[in-house]
Amino acid sequence: MTVQHPARRRGPDPRAVRSSLLALASCVVVFGALIWIVVNAPGWPAVQTSFLNGQVFWDTLPGLLDAFIINIQLFVTAEVLVLVLGLVLATMRSLHGPVFLPIRVLSNAYTDLFRAVPGVLVIFILGFGIPGLGLIDPKTDQRLFGIIALTLVYAAYVSEVYRAGIESIHPSQDAAARSLGLSRMQSLRHVVIPQAVRRVIPPLLNDFIGLQKDTVLVSFIGVVEIFRYSQIVSAATYNFTPYVAVGLVFVVITVPLIHLVDWLAKRGFGSAVTASGAVR
Amino acid sequence: MSAEASPGGDAAANGRGAPAEALRIEGLHKSFGQLEVLRGIDLVMAEHEVVCLIGASGSGKSTLLRCVNLLEPIDAGRIVVGGTEITAPGVHVDRVRQRIGIVFQAFNLFPHLSVIDNVTLAPRRVRKLPRAEAESEAAELLERFGLADKRREVPDRLSGGQQQRVAIVRALAMRPDILLLDEVTSALDPELVSEVLDVIRELAAGGMTMLIATHEMGFARDIADRIGFLDEGRILEMGPPSGILSDPHEPRTRQFLQRVLDAGRL
Repeated sequence: MTVQHPARRRGPDPRAVRSSLLALASCVVVFGALIWIVVNAPGWPAVQTSFLNGQVFWDTLPGLLDAFIINIQLFVTAEVLVLVLGLVLATMRSLHGPVFLPIRVLSNAYTDLFRAVPGVLVIFILGFGIPGLGLIDPKTDQRLFGIIALTLVYAAYVSEVYRAGIESIHPSQDAAARSLGLSRMQSLRHVVIPQAVRRVIPPLLNDFIGLQKDTVLVSFIGVVEIFRYSQIVSAATYNFTPYVAVGLVFVVITVPLIHLVDWLAKRGFGSAVTASGAVR
Repeated sequence: MSAEASPGGDAAANGRGAPAEALRIEGLHKSFGQLEVLRGIDLVMAEHEVVCLIGASGSGKSTLLRCVNLLEPIDAGRIVVGGTEITAPGVHVDRVRQRIGIVFQAFNLFPHLSVIDNVTLAPRRVRKLPRAEAESEAAELLERFGLADKRREVPDRLSGGQQQRVAIVRALAMRPDILLLDEVTSALDPELVSEVLDVIRELAAGGMTMLIATHEMGFARDIADRIGFLDEGRILEMGPPSGILSDPHEPRTRQFLQRVLDAGRL
């Protein structure tokens, strides 16, 4: 028998064809039934005109996309800051020794606090509280507070992800680095963290998916991003279709990221890299 | 320069006067919780001397080596390296470790770095050598141990024997005064053991001071100036290989060697 690539078989396997057909038929029946039920519901014509109005959709989409640029600004900036702040927090928590106790306590308190408080509250408190102090120009762009709030909240989550990654690296790696004369910080920087980051890329991206969606919360402090904009046009057109359009925009931007996570996970990111020679 | 110590191990009798002391361990105690692993270790090694530690698993060999490298804090006793007490309070631990290389049973290479980066990491970050200089030093060492063509590989693509040789080169790149070898062949397939032992023989011939924990009795007989038998956290017996392996005084040593013999490892 010739050697075959294990993942691929040549020629259709009759059993595979049969199960594919079965799957297709099952999908048609289930989803067909669901659609039939919805379309024949008594309120369907009204729902269709107010939520799925093609005219409104195409009229409002360009404006929505313009507004979405603000969301992109918010999450891209916040993501960069989150990566840095999260790593700083995780490193602070990974310093051993009694001298570093205050640092560990601080970073622990930080992650506890910002994971406990609802993100929308942090946005509110920063967005209205800090300008209220009267220390800074009251005309300061509210986007700034949105970015700071999202960064504070998500850095707490991401630092936990980093920390899990750091703790997943076998202590023998640190021992090997220390035995060569590297300090704990050097060992973290050159040996532990590079391996840890590789492992945590999938969960890190998961947190980013959450962050991207939470940019709509910044609308609560007066930033006209895509969600606030959709409220405005919805009120102007007496139609809810813009909300559905916003949903679609998020689906389009998020689903590829979700699949990137899965793809990376399959490629071995996120799984335990064999500690050289230790366990095979 | 080769020490060429006589098999009798009496390095002081080589006509050049007493050689300098490389390592002195006095009254070393170490416990893990309730378990006392080292119960008063005393050991003095001369420069260029090779001492092998034998003993059953759990007798404290690995712990002793890790203590000398300060990877484990000790509970009592003193360790003096080249005249400096490294267990004194206020000693710069990272600087001490530069002078004492250790090679582990499981290699512990850095899997995310290539061979050359594994070897040059510490010279660049600790000895602060520029990259080019560190790499040319490393290339020389890799060449010497038959690894010149592996320098761009990542560790996981090497055989166990090659990985362990890289680990030895990595330790040597810091130019240590003493090399500690912790059962460096125990994780290897039998056919890969000899290539690693050959490297260690070459180091011994070059005069490297080495403290070696090993289960390879034949190797210990060949290479050691002295062999120490560790039992329940103490060095029960110590002397030239011929004495310890052929004519041990202690019944425990005899018992251990008999078991090794029965297992066909001598």
